[in-house]
Amino acid sequence: MSSYWDFQGLHGVMAEFADPEALLAASKRAYEAGYRNMDAYTPMPIEGLAEAIGFRKHYVSLAVLIAGLCGCCGGFGLMWWITKVAYPENVGGRPFNSWPAYIPITFECTVLLAGLTAMIAMFAMNGLPQPYHPVFNNPAFDRASQDRFFLCIEADDPKFDREETKFFLLQLSPIEVTEVDK
Amino acid sequence: MPPAVDPGPDTVIGPGHNFLTVTERITNTVFWPLRRTNKPWFYALGISFMFMQLLLVGALWLFYKGVGVWGIIIPVAWGFAIVNFVWWIGIGHAGTLISAILLLLKQDWRTSINRFSEAMTLFAVACAGMFPILHLGRPWLFYWLLPYPASMWVWPQPRSPLVWDVFAVSTYGTISLVFWYTGLVPDLATMRDKATKRWQKVIFGMLALGWRGSAKHWSRYQMAYLLLGGLATPLVVSVHTVVSFDFAISILPGWHTTIFPPYFVAGAIYSGFAMVLTLIIPARKWFHLEDLITMRHVECCAKVMLGTGLIVAYGYAMEAFISWYSGNPYERFMYWNRITGPYGWSYAMLITCNIAIPQLLWIRRVRLNLLMVWLLSLVVNVGMWLERFVIVVVSLHRDFLPSSWGMYYPTVWDWAVFVGTLGFFSTLMWLFVRFLPSISIFEEREVVHHLSGGPHHSPEMAPAQGD
Repeated sequence: MSSYWDFQGLHGVMAEFADPEALLAASKRAYEAGYRNMDAYTPMPIEGLAEAIGFRKHYVSLAVLIAGLCGCCGGFGLMWWITKVAYPENVGGRPFNSWPAYIPITFECTVLLAGLTAMIAMFAMNGLPQPYHPVFNNPAFDRASQDRFFLCIEADDPKFDREETKFFLLQLSPIEVTEVDK
Repeated sequence: MPPAVDPGPDTVIGPGHNFLTVTERITNTVFWPLRRTNKPWFYALGISFMFMQLLLVGALWLFYKGVGVWGIIIPVAWGFAIVNFVWWIGIGHAGTLISAILLLLKQDWRTSINRFSEAMTLFAVACAGMFPILHLGRPWLFYWLLPYPASMWVWPQPRSPLVWDVFAVSTYGTISLVFWYTGLVPDLATMRDKATKRWQKVIFGMLALGWRGSAKHWSRYQMAYLLLGGLATPLVVSVHTVVSFDFAISILPGWHTTIFPPYFVAGAIYSGFAMVLTLIIPARKWFHLEDLITMRHVECCAKVMLGTGLIVAYGYAMEAFISWYSGNPYERFMYWNRITGPYGWSYAMLITCNIAIPQLLWIRRVRLNLLMVWLLSLVVNVGMWLERFVIVVVSLHRDFLPSSWGMYYPTVWDWAVFVGTLGFFSTLMWLFVRFLPSISIFEEREVVHHLSGGPHHSPEMAPAQGD
């Protein structure tokens, strides 16, 4: 494994495809051939692509669930604490713990925390913001955000071999295969 | 690139588009040299900017003199500020409806107008949020509304709908921003990669956070976006419900009704779709986007407007019926006073604008006539503003005791702040459509992909020409 701060050497070998179907097929082939450390780059989400490169589990929904529960308990708890402990006020003889009145704020706090976490957790788990990434060293990569589809097999894959991997990718009828430096 | 010709009401995208042409069509609206921008955009921005100055002057004068410069009196202490607050927040709701609810319902006409309406939501909530704060009298103490450990050890009263409102509106504003920005990030990456000038690359590069379109990232991204949609859907309903509680939980005749929450939410969506149409019909022309925002989008918006308008009509009918059926003399007087009292003109105009005229939308020829739809959207905007005027002012001005009745006359400063927020809102809208991708590019690519045969289609058809 190379370290995050290691800017020497090869990041991987990258193949460029013209359409999502070719990329999807190539990703499946690469996974079948035993490659594991790879990533695909596309200008829009492609159904089944993450699974094809062997990425199955992520924790965005779990983070959102936990944050939502925290918001729910926190919102309710705050209202309860204010009206029961910190500033108890007798309004027409109603109970201090008048829980039905707390529901709107409890709901809003749930949504607020869950929503903020959905964004923050997604970006954080994706490692963003990230000012530098080796894939941008490929001069053709600016089209990964427009109309081209890339598959990059990374050098730290145990099965990676500079020439062999390049040859493998060339067999998948890409537009171009490029070596990408760190 | 195919010409920007509207393909008619049956399809959401013009013929001949591929990944590259949709990308270019949308990024070009930003990368066009400023001097080549369509002239009407400059005029619209200039006029909006002028009106925005009224907000600055009106707010400054208000801060200097106090809320007495407005026409508010006892019994009508809420006046224009709350009318405008409810109106603006309602307009915002269409944006969330389009981006969240239509996302969950998988409607094809959501794409192309979701980004635009999310921005509209954001700016409308900004306008809405201003009014209660301006109305506070001492706006610099607005943070007293929040639960924070004050040195006096007093806390907000969480049994009050006015405190619920603070939480609802601030949550709504925050989540709208999160939704809008999350949707923008992949497109900002496209902008970064398409930019030719160094400063553009730097600005878009920073905003895009280094997005590189990795499949793993997309996987988390789609989950986060779906969850945001799922969270925003009940949120949008809750916000206007809480706003309606501000009224419904009081005991005032005309406010104290259980129909308020659903009827407020329907009214919000009604006015919001009207505002989407008001803005999108000129914008698509000025920026040559007719083949991406087609007659199908316009017609669908018009249909939603008609549908929600009918729910609102049901609300009016129910209000009238229940005030009679309750047998309560105050309720009966309240409704009679709405129709025949000193503000009877506003009720007549409300029924004309919100119920009578929009029935034209039943006719397909009207829905497919851009000018007619645009004019109808203006009528609905006015009608929905009048609805809030009727609810706030007309209910307040004559309550239980005739000795405490009064009349409310808005002053020039009421109008200045209201028209000023219109200017503020449209200034931000026009700047947004010119300087950020106003249509979601990556979702348009998905539309292209879907129409070319979808994920299980043979690769030859998938387009990739042009360099």
